[in-house]
Amino acid sequence: MIQNNPISRIVAHIVLIIGILIVAFPIYYAFIASTQSLQDIMRPPLSLLPGGHFWENYTTALFGGIGRIGGVGVGRLLINTTIMALAIAVGKIIISILSAYAIVFFRFPGRMIFFWLIFITLMLPVEVRILPTYKVMVDLGLIDTYTGLTVPLMASATATLLFRQFFMTIPGELVEAARVDGAGPWRFFKDILLPLSKTNIAALFVILFIYGWTQYLWPLLMTNRNDMTTIVIGLRKMISFADADTEWHLVMVTCILAILPPVLVVVLMQRWFVRGLVETEK
Amino acid sequence: MASSTRVTFPNKFLPYLLLAPQLAITIVFFYWPASQAIRQSVLREDPFGLSTQFVGLGNFKRILSDPNYLNSLQVTVVFSIATAVIAMGFALMFAVMADKVIRGKGIYRTLMIWPYAVAPAIAGMLWLFLFNPSMGTFAYMIRSAGYNWDPLLNSGQAMLLVVAAAAWKQISYNFLFFVAGLQSIPKSLIEAAAIDGAGETKRFWTIVFPLLAPTTFFLLVVNTVYAFFDTFGIIHAVTGGGPGKATETLVYKVYNDGFVNLILGDSAAQSVILMVIVIGLTAIQFRYVERKVHYG
Repeated sequence: MIQNNPISRIVAHIVLIIGILIVAFPIYYAFIASTQSLQDIMRPPLSLLPGGHFWENYTTALFGGIGRIGGVGVGRLLINTTIMALAIAVGKIIISILSAYAIVFFRFPGRMIFFWLIFITLMLPVEVRILPTYKVMVDLGLIDTYTGLTVPLMASATATLLFRQFFMTIPGELVEAARVDGAGPWRFFKDILLPLSKTNIAALFVILFIYGWTQYLWPLLMTNRNDMTTIVIGLRKMISFADADTEWHLVMVTCILAILPPVLVVVLMQRWFVRGLVETEK
Repeated sequence: MASSTRVTFPNKFLPYLLLAPQLAITIVFFYWPASQAIRQSVLREDPFGLSTQFVGLGNFKRILSDPNYLNSLQVTVVFSIATAVIAMGFALMFAVMADKVIRGKGIYRTLMIWPYAVAPAIAGMLWLFLFNPSMGTFAYMIRSAGYNWDPLLNSGQAMLLVVAAAAWKQISYNFLFFVAGLQSIPKSLIEAAAIDGAGETKRFWTIVFPLLAPTTFFLLVVNTVYAFFDTFGIIHAVTGGGPGKATETLVYKVYNDGFVNLILGDSAAQSVILMVIVIGLTAIQFRYVERKVHYG
């Protein structure tokens, strides 16, 4: 083991603290702003300590309704975003674990064709086919519905590939043993495969929850009604630089409320998330 | 691969049932729209949408000679390179430092991963709030120092702001991968170099950095994809492509031409070009993954 000299270790700490400042400051500052009155925000520089309007601002934003987004409260937007993030995470996991199961543990005509059909979608993010996808959604009458917000984002190859990769490492003896003991495909899936996949599912859940929560283009296109949109889009609609009547204190409250749930998920599930992220993507 | 000798279940019908949900969604929301984009890209609609005619590669030709499109291509390249270099540079520096310290590793990591959970659009708004000319505190400080700061009017400053927000959000992700990459470098190699008298800086550039090359390359692809596509929210929320067209990236232009200006053929042709770019990037990424599986 090489002993780094103490000076270089102190330098390392200093650099890391500066790093944390860069990374955390914009979020901290938004929090400060969310506890100030609008008048104080409009008069820079802003204090570095929280102001006295915490309860007032947060309750107004959550329950009062915000003029710029048609009087919808941020609480409603939070519910929409939570539904969207959860539905995408859970739906995607279920759909892809099933298809990976079919591809790895069954032999049937067309297996490789199906695999490639799924695999290729890896290369087509929503952004490159926005207009035609939007048309499909309009034709199906899915604008301003939770189905429209979530289902189209549920099918993507990443999760399927991850489960497939993991299933391939499961020894054939295990399947054989299960079959000898009279377990059918469903029993095997439920009693052996699912428990073994627990860690992968947890890691994937975090990544997909963040993915669903931070969507921008999709909810922007899929929702016209303010009470059906997500918190990120709602936030965008609350800001206007052209005129001065943006309620910045409420904007900042909304920012914090939009950041908090995914940050909590990441920080609390850090162990699975970090492993999952680094392993999934490699 | 052991797949040919895999033990499987003999069912004939069940696998199709298991695949059905994913295939249904994939066909309705991926293949159908993608094929429509390709079809649309060779058609031209008149302004009233009354008639369409086949124009072959006409849309592509026009786009590729359109100065606005070339401008947006250039903006995207500048934006992506700047974002990737800044985000990866900072992340690498922090990861190397985090590798050195003994106490507080966990705390540093926990604090460092926050921005991963922040939506790109919100990252943009946070930075805009700090640097917005009318009430941003940093903007106020820059102005007090005598600089003329207005990212909503000055195109260079606008670009600076969106790059800063985009890179800030991506630091966490890169940091985690660099930390993992650093941990996988055998300590014995570094010790051997230290015994041979190589100083810390020299050890980094001759051993650590080259051994990190696979991680760096992987992150380069991921960051490019991120800068191309995921940053739509930042551009849309912060600058709206402006001032002028100074921050209009390719994805923003597809959106703008398709939904705001309603030029369907052009927008579709741009979509197809983007598809080609993504396929190229993914192919590069997979070649790399394949190599890693074989030799890593």
